[in-house]
Amino acid sequence: MDYSQFLALKQEIGLLIVFLLVFLTDTFAGKKSAKAVPYIACIWMLAQTAFGFWIAAEPATSAFAGMYVTSPVIVAIKNILNVGVLIVLIQSLKWANSEFTAVRRGEFYELILLTLFGMYLMISSRHFLMFIIGLETASLPLCALVAFDKHRYESHEAAIKYILTAVFSSAILLMGLSFVYGLSGTLYYHGIAAALHGNLGVMLAVALAFVMAGFGFKLSLVPFHLWTADVYQGAPTSVTAYLSVISKGSAAFAFLVVLTQVFGVFYSAAWEWMLYALIILTITVGNLFAIRQTNMKRFLAFSSISQAGYIMLAIVGNNGMGVSALMFYVLVYIFSNLAAFGVIGAIENATGKVNMTDYNGLYKTNPRLAVTMMLAMFSLAGIPPFAGFFSKFFVFTSTLSGTNSAALYVLVLIALINTIISLYYYLLVVKAMFINDSDQPLATFRSACSERLGMWVCVAGIIGLGIVSYFYDYLLTVVA
Amino acid sequence: MFSNILIYFVVIPLVMMLGLALCRNIKQIRAVAVTGSVALTALSVWLLIDYLALRAAGATEPMLWVDSWSWFAPLNIHLAVGVDGISIAMLILTGIILITGSFASWEIPQPKEFFLWLILLSTGVYGFFISIDLFTMFMFYEVALIPMYLLIGVWGSGNKNYSAMKLTLMLMGGSAFLMLGLIGIYYHSAPEGQQLTWNILEISENAAISLGWQKFLFPMTFVGFGVLGAMFPFHTWSPDGHASAPTAVSMLHAGVLMKLGGYGCFRVAIYLMPQAANELAWIFLILTGISVVYGAFSACVQNDLKYINAYSSVSHCGLVLFAILMLNTTAMTGAIMQMLSHGLMTALFFALIGMIYGRTHTRDIREMGGMMQILPYLSVCYVIAGMASLGLPGLSGFVAEMTIFVGSFEHSDLFHRIFVIVACSSIVTTAVYILRVVGKLLYGPVYDQHHMSLTDAKWWERLSTATLIVSVAAIGFFPNFFIDLIKFTFSPDIFKVIGLN
Repeated sequence: MDYSQFLALKQEIGLLIVFLLVFLTDTFAGKKSAKAVPYIACIWMLAQTAFGFWIAAEPATSAFAGMYVTSPVIVAIKNILNVGVLIVLIQSLKWANSEFTAVRRGEFYELILLTLFGMYLMISSRHFLMFIIGLETASLPLCALVAFDKHRYESHEAAIKYILTAVFSSAILLMGLSFVYGLSGTLYYHGIAAALHGNLGVMLAVALAFVMAGFGFKLSLVPFHLWTADVYQGAPTSVTAYLSVISKGSAAFAFLVVLTQVFGVFYSAAWEWMLYALIILTITVGNLFAIRQTNMKRFLAFSSISQAGYIMLAIVGNNGMGVSALMFYVLVYIFSNLAAFGVIGAIENATGKVNMTDYNGLYKTNPRLAVTMMLAMFSLAGIPPFAGFFSKFFVFTSTLSGTNSAALYVLVLIALINTIISLYYYLLVVKAMFINDSDQPLATFRSACSERLGMWVCVAGIIGLGIVSYFYDYLLTVVA
Repeated sequence: MFSNILIYFVVIPLVMMLGLALCRNIKQIRAVAVTGSVALTALSVWLLIDYLALRAAGATEPMLWVDSWSWFAPLNIHLAVGVDGISIAMLILTGIILITGSFASWEIPQPKEFFLWLILLSTGVYGFFISIDLFTMFMFYEVALIPMYLLIGVWGSGNKNYSAMKLTLMLMGGSAFLMLGLIGIYYHSAPEGQQLTWNILEISENAAISLGWQKFLFPMTFVGFGVLGAMFPFHTWSPDGHASAPTAVSMLHAGVLMKLGGYGCFRVAIYLMPQAANELAWIFLILTGISVVYGAFSACVQNDLKYINAYSSVSHCGLVLFAILMLNTTAMTGAIMQMLSHGLMTALFFALIGMIYGRTHTRDIREMGGMMQILPYLSVCYVIAGMASLGLPGLSGFVAEMTIFVGSFEHSDLFHRIFVIVACSSIVTTAVYILRVVGKLLYGPVYDQHHMSLTDAKWWERLSTATLIVSVAAIGFFPNFFIDLIKFTFSPDIFKVIGLN
């Protein structure tokens, strides 16, 4: 065996080192110095992120007989995830050092890093065995994370729901993959694509449907979304934030790779239409359910369901622009959603309140938090000049690129009309903060330095990512 | 980039917003708002003078001061600017209304936030009028829409939450159709194999959009902008929105923002897709015809001053779209004049209504009367605004509507002519609702004795209304000047394409 091929796994190795460092510090640190563990995790994660950018331009290589590949595109999506994880880690500093979590703060950081490792593998694998290992590595620690707030009943409930769904969806996915294996005799992506010769039999159609359903659970696409709201509500806010952006972003990219590389030839025959139906359902149902939510975390759960539908729009066009549009969308979504979760987390940490009615009159008492939340909502709704507008726009353009298909135009129109529905409920939050009066508004409080740092980064991203064309251009050149 | 004068129409509002953010008291805020809006107006007047000089010197390009800076290079998106007579007219209109709006909101609560949103809104409006790149145009369009929500929601009155949400969602709904239309235009903007473009001038030069696609994209864009132009049946946001909005916002919204609709319909829908415009005009003529007549009749039965004026706006703005769809030079000239005229006139109305409401705390005409005795200055202004609205010669309404109806009747088709006659009836209806208000509100006995103690206009109110009246009269007395300004634009090749003059 040629051990030099391990060098292709630079980012994975880097992340493992970060994990080990955090783990060892946590294990051997005394009671007093244990307080530093979260900060150490953040600093090393920063180093890992910087390292990712440093190797961003390295040429594509593969390892383990093509089971693992890396390329500038893959490094770019991993970098995007790294940035998101870094923000999540920074935002959870205060929570990690709080009374209830302090005893096991190390675990939080270790588990997060482990799931990220799994996501790395999911993205990089070109063989389904490797992919499943990555998927499970990403899912199982997340269950532990969801159950992190031991003292809260909802946290347990959410964890049970999450683990059952995760296992169930993995089983469905594996079922589909075993069909595919039976038909093609290989688990290599390119091998399957070559062996299937473009003949879509009933068996393969069923297999494809199973694979779609499996990914649908991970991405919480409708009708596989039922776990989302309860899990998002029950999990600690930091974990919800992580679940909604990082987990979703990595699964979306892996989904794109599987659909285009394994089932690319069946695009117009099968999965374009499956995805078409899923997108319409996801966006519409997600939006309609979000309207009635009163708990901010449930609210963002349904909003994130519909956002996943928009991410899928970048896949349904099946072209190179779509890949960069997806990556850009995920990047912007990370910043917008984490800004929202940053505010929710800060308010929850300071006052313990998470209902939309608690936000009434927030602007009068905590203007900065209110403005941050407003920017996040506008960005999620796709209002210019904030980044969300640009990411939505690029997704729509990518869907319609190089096609005169009336069906796709209708799809984009449906998605656009749905942005109006989503604008309605995002504006409800803005209305609560700026317009509604409250007898007992939240008291004025000063959020922790770390929380403010996280929010500043997010706000900078919301404002800068769209207006500065560099980021999108970069992603396009990487993909090309 | 900063060597082009047009970019300052966006830079100045941004600087104003920065200045407002640093302000510490209301005096500074007022100073920033007034200085900035005067600077913007002065800049647009200077632009007008320069424009006329350049045209006189023989410049024949469709747009002047054209410039473009690459933004998203892979999609060929540019920040492209350029203006013609119509844009300059709109820029001046925006400037005047911004100044008068600032004076009209002299004593608004929470002034800092109010002016920040107001200036953000006008950044969008200015950006929209100077852009010739569809993407940037659309972006500025949406920037102009969203501040409305908070402006109405926070500073509005009456059923403000409902109105603000309705207005925002309906206008954004229009922009959903618009966005699809614009992306569609982009993907068909150039012949097969050539670089696609968002630039309006290049698209119109390429003329590559096939008739089949035009028939799909034209309704998308026309409806998209038409919602903002209060086209029936998408006009319902207008009465509610205007009634709940604070004075300056009503002024800016009815005065300028609704013009974005008409301008967009002309600049995008008709300019880029003339054949489809010619073929599908009948559908939209029916809709806008209904706007014109129905708006006027609705205004007759309303009792709330703002509702009356809002329905009157539906009627008058419908006339703008109606005239644009006639696809001939005279009617379009009339449409542009109507935009200016209605913008100034309706701003004057809303300013006056706001001032009256601020004193009487009611807008119901059944609860007021004899204002002429109590508030002579405001009442006289109201009569002048009313006269302008019903088309008294010497004021702006007359020249605009005259040009529109004469131009529209030039259309040789019988169907079109019948519709012109129907639309003409709105002139009579307009007179009915204007005189009804004037009679009930201004003359007759004083309804409520508490009103006797009211004081007439303050200096900033006088300044605000006087500026608008002078502008309205200027258009009425010197229409040639405006017609000349606008006529330079109407040599576009679009009319050759469809074989009209």
